Amino acid sequence: MSLVKLLLLMSLALVMRAGAAVEIQRPRGVPLSKRQFYEEEKPFTCLDGSRTIPFDRVNDDYCDCKDGSDEPGTAACPNGSFHCTNAGFRPAFIPSSRINDGICDCCDTTDEYNSGATCQNTCRELGRKERESLQKMAEVTREGFMLKQQLIHEAKKGQEEKQVKLTEFQSTKKGLEEKVEALRTVKEIAEEPEKEAKERHLKAWEEQKELIRMEKDKARMAEAFLELDDDADGYVSVAELQSHPELDPDSDGSLTETETQGLLGGADKVDTTAFESVWSSIKGKYLLESQSDPPAPVETPQEEARDLGSDHDSDHYPEDYAGEDEDEEEDEEDDDPEEEEDKAPPTVRTPEKKEDDEMSMPPSFVTIHIFFINIFFSLCYTAVPVSLEKEIGFDFGPSAEFAYLYSQCYELSTSEYVYRLCPFNRVSQKPKFGGSETNLGLWGQWAGPEDNIYAVMKYDHGTGCWQGPNRSTTVKLTCGKETVVTSTSEPSRCEYLMEFTTPAVCQEPPSLEEALHGHTEL
Amino acid sequence: MAAFIVRMGPVLMLWLAVCVSGSWAVDRGNFKTCDQSTFCKRQRALKPGQSPYRALLETLELTNTKLTLQLINDNNKVRLLLELYRLQGNMTRVKINELKPLKPRFEVPDVLINDPPTEPLSLLSQDENGMVLSLGADSQRLIVSAKPFRLDIMEGREVLLSLNSRGLLAFEHLRIRKDTLADPEGAEKKEETDAASEQTEGEEATKEDEKVEDGMWEETFKSHTDSKPNGPTSISLDFSLPGVEHVYGIPEHADTLKLKTTDGGEPYRLYNLDVFQYELFNPMALYGAIPVMLSHSPQRTMGLFWLNAAETWVDISSNTAGKTVFGQMLDYVQGSSETPQTDVRWISESGIIDVFIMLGPTPTDVFAQYASLTGTQAFPPLAALAYHQCRWNYNDQEDVAAVDQGFDQHDIPYDFIWLDIEHADGKRYFTWDPHKFPQPKEMLQGLEDKRRKMVAIVDPHIKVDNSYKIHSEIRSRGFYIKNKDGGDYEGWCWPGNSGYPDFTNPEMRAWWASMFAYDQYEGSRENLYTWNDMNEPSVFNGPEVTMHKDAVHGNWEHRDLHNIYGLYVQMATAEGLIQRSGGVERPFVLTRAFFAGSQRYGAVWTGDNAAEWDHLKITIPMCLSLGLVGVSFCGADVGGFFKSPSPELLVRWYQTGAYQPFFRAHAHLDTPRREPWLFGPENTALIREAVRQRYALLPYWYQLFYHAHRTGQPVMRALWVEYPQDTATFSMDDQFLLGRDLLVHPVTEEGARGVTAYLPGNGEVWFDVHTFQKHNGGQNLYIPVTMSSIPVFQRGGSIIPRKVRVRRSSSCMEHDPYTLYVALSPKRFAQGELYIDDGHTFSYEKQKEFIYRRLAFANNTLSSRNLAPGSQFTTLSWIEKIVILGASKPSKVTLKMPDGKESQLEFDFDASMSVLTLRKPGVNAGVDWTVVLQ
Repeated sequence: MSLVKLLLLMSLALVMRAGAAVEIQRPRGVPLSKRQFYEEEKPFTCLDGSRTIPFDRVNDDYCDCKDGSDEPGTAACPNGSFHCTNAGFRPAFIPSSRINDGICDCCDTTDEYNSGATCQNTCRELGRKERESLQKMAEVTREGFMLKQQLIHEAKKGQEEKQVKLTEFQSTKKGLEEKVEALRTVKEIAEEPEKEAKERHLKAWEEQKELIRMEKDKARMAEAFLELDDDADGYVSVAELQSHPELDPDSDGSLTETETQGLLGGADKVDTTAFESVWSSIKGKYLLESQSDPPAPVETPQEEARDLGSDHDSDHYPEDYAGEDEDEEEDEEDDDPEEEEDKAPPTVRTPEKKEDDEMSMPPSFVTIHIFFINIFFSLCYTAVPVSLEKEIGFDFGPSAEFAYLYSQCYELSTSEYVYRLCPFNRVSQKPKFGGSETNLGLWGQWAGPEDNIYAVMKYDHGTGCWQGPNRSTTVKLTCGKETVVTSTSEPSRCEYLMEFTTPAVCQEPPSLEEALHGHTEL
Repeated sequence: MAAFIVRMGPVLMLWLAVCVSGSWAVDRGNFKTCDQSTFCKRQRALKPGQSPYRALLETLELTNTKLTLQLINDNNKVRLLLELYRLQGNMTRVKINELKPLKPRFEVPDVLINDPPTEPLSLLSQDENGMVLSLGADSQRLIVSAKPFRLDIMEGREVLLSLNSRGLLAFEHLRIRKDTLADPEGAEKKEETDAASEQTEGEEATKEDEKVEDGMWEETFKSHTDSKPNGPTSISLDFSLPGVEHVYGIPEHADTLKLKTTDGGEPYRLYNLDVFQYELFNPMALYGAIPVMLSHSPQRTMGLFWLNAAETWVDISSNTAGKTVFGQMLDYVQGSSETPQTDVRWISESGIIDVFIMLGPTPTDVFAQYASLTGTQAFPPLAALAYHQCRWNYNDQEDVAAVDQGFDQHDIPYDFIWLDIEHADGKRYFTWDPHKFPQPKEMLQGLEDKRRKMVAIVDPHIKVDNSYKIHSEIRSRGFYIKNKDGGDYEGWCWPGNSGYPDFTNPEMRAWWASMFAYDQYEGSRENLYTWNDMNEPSVFNGPEVTMHKDAVHGNWEHRDLHNIYGLYVQMATAEGLIQRSGGVERPFVLTRAFFAGSQRYGAVWTGDNAAEWDHLKITIPMCLSLGLVGVSFCGADVGGFFKSPSPELLVRWYQTGAYQPFFRAHAHLDTPRREPWLFGPENTALIREAVRQRYALLPYWYQLFYHAHRTGQPVMRALWVEYPQDTATFSMDDQFLLGRDLLVHPVTEEGARGVTAYLPGNGEVWFDVHTFQKHNGGQNLYIPVTMSSIPVFQRGGSIIPRKVRVRRSSSCMEHDPYTLYVALSPKRFAQGELYIDDGHTFSYEKQKEFIYRRLAFANNTLSSRNLAPGSQFTTLSWIEKIVILGASKPSKVTLKMPDGKESQLEFDFDASMSVLTLRKPGVNAGVDWTVVLQ
């Protein structure tokens, strides 16, 4: 890296020296690239070809060419432009109207050759400053870009996980839907020969119930396998399992290798099939712990997603209902953290409990009906891992590099207010010395220019202004190592502007050649 | 900027909620109708008829300078004193006051630039019915009729104007209050005795006239009570103008150029008010008041100047107004009709009758006459004629820098950037918000580096805050206006509770002026200028959003001088800007309120308009009306202050504003940003082009202002001013002239595909300034337009100088060469002027440092001759190009210098448009030269 930097600097210096040494004669204000059109002693043809004039009318302070090309070095043509070489800095074109207007525009002072303005040649200083700032920027960009790669990596992982979960939910949901279908059949059958089929029903029901439980357990197992399989190699290894001390069978606080191997049935690692047996021995603890296990990044919506999502396997009704199985089921029931969720929905729950008390009977029409309703409810829950789906629905950039901003907030304190930007959520303003918070806009969309849409975020529909529009905020994103709000302003009433730096917008730093090419005239 | 919005105390907010209830338009209920203004109601109840006034011919006194005569009201026996002056320059002054008022009545000071020089009057004949006086030359006579009293001014056998011909002279004499609550029963009896004792002759007054009416001694409007310690004091007088169908002037009203008759409606009101979201096409009062009316007919132009600063109402009626064109024609054919006549009646709440009758006879004469009384337009610094960028508010220094940068980035010139009230520290004028503008000098230096300038607002309401130097000084010096009880008057305005300095006090004005010194006004620099807003004065919680009439200015009530308060604010501010430079630099001060004479102190704008097409249209008659009464430096907020303009409206407004005298974009705090580059590249280009046309034409603008300053002729002129015989022009207010030579018909219709411009002058020709196409005068010309069109025509017979090298500010163009546009008349003749000076100091006046030249084309020869031999100034500018429109192709063109040197000029001839372009004469703009076409 530093070698590249050094090379870059040396080349720049070389080029500059060369530029200064070889001053090629040409009419004032003409760039080198157009030198060939201005040949002394030869009539000059306007660059638009409109007419030809004697060469002494080039730069004679009278505009002859419609395109202004005969007066590159005077202010005579309204549409002309003047080229400053700006040796040591960057060459530039300025409008002809800025020649000899008393204001120094070119850092090499060449635009003020006859105005009496005293200009200092500031090109070297500017060049130095620019190189410094370019370097600084390049550094920032480089580091920012690296950070961005990490962000992309993390986002990918996170997203895959979420996607897996979502798929899981969806498949479970599908399973449940199938069950409902099956139950509907059961119910329909039950409705017809209700009394006669009681016995048969009960049996069918128990089978059904067992089936459900197994299904559920399988799903859980699959999930657990995936989570335990840290390196995603299709095997749960001793080492991977050991990272879950909660599975310690003797609960002595340490999960030894031996203990782990014991859990794995003596194997070093198990595949999904073999995991079935491991699962039965660890599931109690695993489920218990996975509930309290904090998610890696502190993201509230994710937690919500998890809670809601976990509802899917709380097919609790049958267990609740099956009073006679209570003993058998107890352990698992108690261990099931989802039991907590069972409190809802009470409207269904209340009659259900009553029935529980008096019931030792196989499902009647009524109970099947209720059971049906309950399944339906769990389906409803399953259908709403809202925030997860929502989160996945956000446009976090082409490589999800903005995903890390989700559910974070960034503040900037000014003399009067504290501004708060919660990306993909909202912007707000709170007076420093008391007073309530004002909503400056809710997440709207990416609003950058077509070729760089992720450069600007737009938040709108904030609190309405008195006699004005609803507040809105435009957030301009620039490349930086840090993720921070650098400034806020209100250029128009109730239209806020926020500057925000993040590595996520850092572009790949330009190559050496590009850096050279852009900044010096050869 | 203005209006009553936001960021005020809760009390105000509550008041606002009531005031600004929803709908977009003025809340008429906040402002008085004539009926609600009791003196207007009383006076208007008086109908035309026999006047009770009689001239006592035996009291006649005639001196070299004036005639005096007593008048008596036969109803109440109160005597008035009439003074008649014949003024130099064909004017007559009529003054009527009480012969022996209980205490002096207010006479407006500081408006007339001097005691108008008089000419002797001579008595031609006299009998018991009256007398005839000679008004000098032109067989003009003044006839004084004794019973009833009336004055007629005649020329030959024609009556030009009559006073009190309808008997509406009414003078509410000062009296002692009799309806005292202490003795309600004895009041009537006492009244009789008192009334009798008032009379010098001891004659008995009739009870009728002395009747106490509601509102004479106290008046309540909404929640505000006006204690009237002096009782009824109003005055009224009528004028008849035979042969006149068109009257103009008496700004400020958002109405047509030609004044309408007021029969059956409200009179035109003159009372400086901060009207929130004013409505168009009605006679309601606005921010300024100039009590000057012009009458015009093909035969004669005259003016009436009613010098009174109290609340004033003007009724206009006409005997032809109701008639259809057919009816008028029938009259004409039958020859039986009365001549058309316009009757005017002026009513003021207090003061005296002091009328200047300007007898013309041409528009130019009337302008000169009025200028001789009240002075001419201040000659502004050249930069002030360029483009101004304003907004309520540019938020901070960074914002200012970014906008400045934006103009350069988009290559749009501008000269001034403006800061509204938010720039000051808590609306404490003369200070800067320490967070937003921590380094004002650096900011100003940054602008100076680009040869640009800034205007910061300084309003006349002063925050009551003991830690605020301006306030504590004014208070300790006793410079505040007092309330009726003697304490400092306080009212609500932007800063909250505020005091109002008594600008009518010369000591106060001198102190105020001294506050603009660089060492007093911290953060100020040479390129900082001033804007006086809210100087009606605006008092948010006052009656009609202004000051209580019983507030006290020294010996006088606010009632007496309300309309002149704003003039004094601008006067003191302009004086401050002059003084800070040691009298070297010309000031630039913008004001919202104004009065007769305000033209001497700077520019005015038409206040808080709105982003609507009708508001764009009304800018023309509003500025034309002001131009007719001396105020040439007029403009309207480009884009409209309230609301947000469509890009089309904004572009059209720039195109119109570029051809109006004061060219400033401005916008309300609540509107989205609208700097010229925010509406896409196409609109940016259109606005850039409009602004660039303005800059190219600055030499002509500057010369027009010099002319206005010297002669009082308006810069922006109604067509009838230059074509006084052409009746088609008399009501025209959708187009206008700049000087004599440019005719502008801006596009002010949404979605316009064409406009019909009237090109005046039979036998004249006009040249489209963009295409050089020639059109005949005396016709309506349909011009197809696109978004880039600004229909402007140059009169054949004129020469207009331009600087076509448009730069980022006018200062940058100082030494640039001129291009002369010579538009030939059908007789191949043309004439113009060239005025050059340093652009910003008084040296043109004090050291005669200027160039003033006559450019004339005749006999195929164009020459430049010195018009001011006593002057001297050297310029670096030269003549770059001469474009002759309507020319034929010469065989050769020779430039001749006074020293005999001759040279051939190259030229181009465009046969299709008959345009001859002479290449690079290269002569200095300040010397004699001749170009001969052969």
